[in-house]
Amino acid sequence: MLNDILAAVVVIAGVLFVVLTMVAYLTYLERKVLSFMQDRLGPMEVGPWGLLQPLADGIKLVSKEDIIPQEANKAIFKIAPIISLVPAILSFAVIPFGRDSFHFGGITTHPYLTDINIGMIYILALSSIGAYGILLGGWASNSKYSILGALRSAAQVISYELNAGMSIIGVLILGGSLSLVQIEKAQQGGFWHWYIFPQIIAFVIYLISGIAETNRTPFDLPEAESELVAGFFTEYSGMRFSLYYLAEYANMIVVSCVATVLFLGGWGSPLPMLDFVPPVIWFMLKVYSFLFFFFWIRATLPRLRYDQLMKFGWKVMLPLSFANVIVTAFVVYMIRH
Amino acid sequence: MEQEKVVDKVAEHIEETRRREVILSSLRQTVLNDLDSTIQTDQFLLNMGPQHPSTHGVLRVLLDLDGERIKRSIPDLGYLHRGTEKIAEYRTYNQIIPMTDRLDYVSAMANNYAFVRAVEKLLEIKIPERAEYIRTIVAEVQRIVNHLFWLGTQALDIGAMSVFFYTFREREELLDLFEIICGARLTSNYYRVGGVDADLPKEFINRLYKFLDAFEGNIKEYNILLETNRIWLARTKNIAVITGEDAVNFGMSGPSLRGSGVDYDLRKYEPYGVYDQIDWNVPVGINGDVYDRYWIRIEEMRESSKIIRQCLDKLPPGRILTEDHKITFPDKGKVMHNMETLIHHFLLVVQGFKVPPGDTYCGTETPKGELGFYIVSDGSGKPYRMKIRAPSFIHIGALDHMAKGYMVADIVTIFGTLDIVMGECDR
Repeated sequence: MLNDILAAVVVIAGVLFVVLTMVAYLTYLERKVLSFMQDRLGPMEVGPWGLLQPLADGIKLVSKEDIIPQEANKAIFKIAPIISLVPAILSFAVIPFGRDSFHFGGITTHPYLTDINIGMIYILALSSIGAYGILLGGWASNSKYSILGALRSAAQVISYELNAGMSIIGVLILGGSLSLVQIEKAQQGGFWHWYIFPQIIAFVIYLISGIAETNRTPFDLPEAESELVAGFFTEYSGMRFSLYYLAEYANMIVVSCVATVLFLGGWGSPLPMLDFVPPVIWFMLKVYSFLFFFFWIRATLPRLRYDQLMKFGWKVMLPLSFANVIVTAFVVYMIRH
Repeated sequence: MEQEKVVDKVAEHIEETRRREVILSSLRQTVLNDLDSTIQTDQFLLNMGPQHPSTHGVLRVLLDLDGERIKRSIPDLGYLHRGTEKIAEYRTYNQIIPMTDRLDYVSAMANNYAFVRAVEKLLEIKIPERAEYIRTIVAEVQRIVNHLFWLGTQALDIGAMSVFFYTFREREELLDLFEIICGARLTSNYYRVGGVDADLPKEFINRLYKFLDAFEGNIKEYNILLETNRIWLARTKNIAVITGEDAVNFGMSGPSLRGSGVDYDLRKYEPYGVYDQIDWNVPVGINGDVYDRYWIRIEEMRESSKIIRQCLDKLPPGRILTEDHKITFPDKGKVMHNMETLIHHFLLVVQGFKVPPGDTYCGTETPKGELGFYIVSDGSGKPYRMKIRAPSFIHIGALDHMAKGYMVADIVTIFGTLDIVMGECDR
C-alpha cells in the first residue's frame, strides 16, 4: 500500500517536472526556431546560446508587480489563469509516453500516471474547462479588448472542440477503446499500423482543430496582437500573465501528445528493426515534430479573420469530420461482418 | 476655511462631470438614432489608440461596433502635432529642409525632394543634370525603402510575421546606403535647393547595383509567402473597397488612388527629375481593394528598381549643385580669399537666400501619394506661410468610408493599406 502511494508520488513528481521543464523550454525553442526561420539569432545573451533565457523570463515575471484593474472582478480575475493552467497539466495524467515499466529501488511504476478507460473523454473534458479560464479572465478584466478576445475565444473553442471530438471518433472506432493506452497498443508493429493512414482526414482535422484550440497562428484571434493588443490577457501582468502563457504551451504539448498517440502510434517505432531505440525517444520525437510544425505554421501563415474562422470551422471542417465518422463506421462494420 | 474651499471645488467638479455625462449620453442617443439598427443592441464603443501596437504611431480611432462589425470609425488626430508649418515661418529655407525629414519619417528623402522642388519653382532655377539624376535615384531608393517598410508592417498586421523580418533585412541595406551619402539613416537632410548635398561615392553605386541584382529574387520570395497564400488572399481581396470616383472625391493619391484604377502619377503627368527620360510604367489596379493596393506597391518596387538601374547606367558627370551662389554655398576654400564669395557665404548664413515674392503650389509623387508644399513668399529669406498637403492626412479622411461594414480585424488592414504615417498627418 505504502509502496503504491510512493510509486504514484514519484511518477507524478517526475511527470510534473518533465512537463514544466518542457513547457518552459518550449518558449525558448519557439523563439529559436522562429529566429532561424526569420534570419536572426533569437535569445543569445543569457547563458550559452541563451539557454538560461526561460529561467530569466521566469524570474522576471515572478518578481513583477501583480496589477489588478480597479474595476475588475477581483476574485475571478485572480482565479481565471489557474483555471486555465491546471486542466492543461492534468491532461498529462492519462498520456502514456512509453512501453516498459520503470524501476526505482524496488518501486515499479507504469510510464503513465493512470490508465482510465475513458482517457480520451477525460482529455476533451479538461480542454473544455481550460476555455473557462480564458472566458472568465477576459470577462473579469472589465476591459473592452479583453472581452472581445474572450468572446472570440469562447466561440472558437466551442466550434473547434466539436471538430476535434468528431475527428477522434474515427480513431476510437478503429481502436475500439477510449483508453489511450489501448489505442496505442492497437497500433504497434510498424508504421503501416498507424491510424494516420486510414484516418488521414481525421488527422488533418484534428491537427487544425488543435492549433485552433491552443490559440496559435493562424487561429490566434483571441490574442490577436495587431487588433486586440493582447486579447483576453491584456490586463494581466506578472505571474498571472505567465500562467496563461504556460497554459498555452502546456496545451500545445497536450495536443501534440494526443495526436501522437491517436495517429502516429505513440511510442511505437516506425519499423520493427528500429525497436532497439527506447520507446520514450520515439514518443518525444513525434511530439516534438508536431511542436516544430506549430512553430513553422506560426512563422509562415497570416491570421484568419473571425468570420472566416467560423465559416471554415462550421462549413468545411464539421461536414468533413461527420463524413469521416460515417464512412469509417460503415467500412469497419463491413469488414467485421 | 481652506478645507471648505476644497470641498466646494470637489463638489463643483462632480457637478461638472455629471453635466458632461448628461450631454454625452444625449449625444450618444442621437448617434444611436442616426444609425438605422433594426435590432436594438447596446452600442459598443472601442477606443483604439493612441497607444496601440498597430495604429502606426499615435493614431486614435473611435470605433462604433456592432458585435465585431464596424458601424462607424472616427479618427482623432493631433497627437503628434509639432507645429511644423508655423515654425517654418521663422526659419530660412535651408533650415526647413531638416524639418521636412520629420514629416513622413519613413521616407525622409521624398519629403526633402518635395520641399526643395517647391522652393525651386518659386526661384525658377535650373538644376545640373547630374543632380537631377542623383535626385531621381535617391527618390526611388526611398520609394523602395518605404514600400518595404509598408509591406513588412502590413504583413505583420495581418499576422504573417516572417515577411516583416525579410523586408527589414533589405531595408537595412538601403538605409546603410543612405548613411554613406548623408550620414543619417532616417533623418537624411540630403537634398538642397539647387541640387543635392553630396555626390554619390563609388561604394554607393556598386552596392546599389548589387542590391538591385538580388532584389527581384527577394520580391519573389515575399510573393511566395503572401500572394499564393489563401489566407492572405482572403484577408486582402474585397476588403476596404473604394471606387475610383470616391477615391478622387476624397482627394486620395499615390498607390491608394491607383489601386482603384485611376491612372494618376505625378511622375508621368508632370514629369520632374529625369522621369521623362526613363522607360517605366505606372501600375494600376482594378478593384480598389487591399489586394490591388498591395499588388501596386509590389509592382512599384519593381518599377523603381528599373528606374534606378537606368539612371545609374546613364548617370552623367558634372556638378551636383547650381553655381548660383546667391542660393548655394560657395566652395569653402574660396571663402577666405575672395571678397564676393565671403559676402555670399555671410548672407546665406545670416539671412538665407531671398525668394522673389509670390506663391506657388508644387506637388511631388512621394511613396505615400502626392505631397504638396504651398509656399507664400514675401521676398525675404523666410517663407511668409507654408502649407503642407500631406497624403496621410487626406487618406485618413477616407478611413470611415472604407472601414464601414468590415470587421474589427480589417481596421488594422485598412490603416496599413492607406500607408499612414502620423508624423506627416499631424505635422
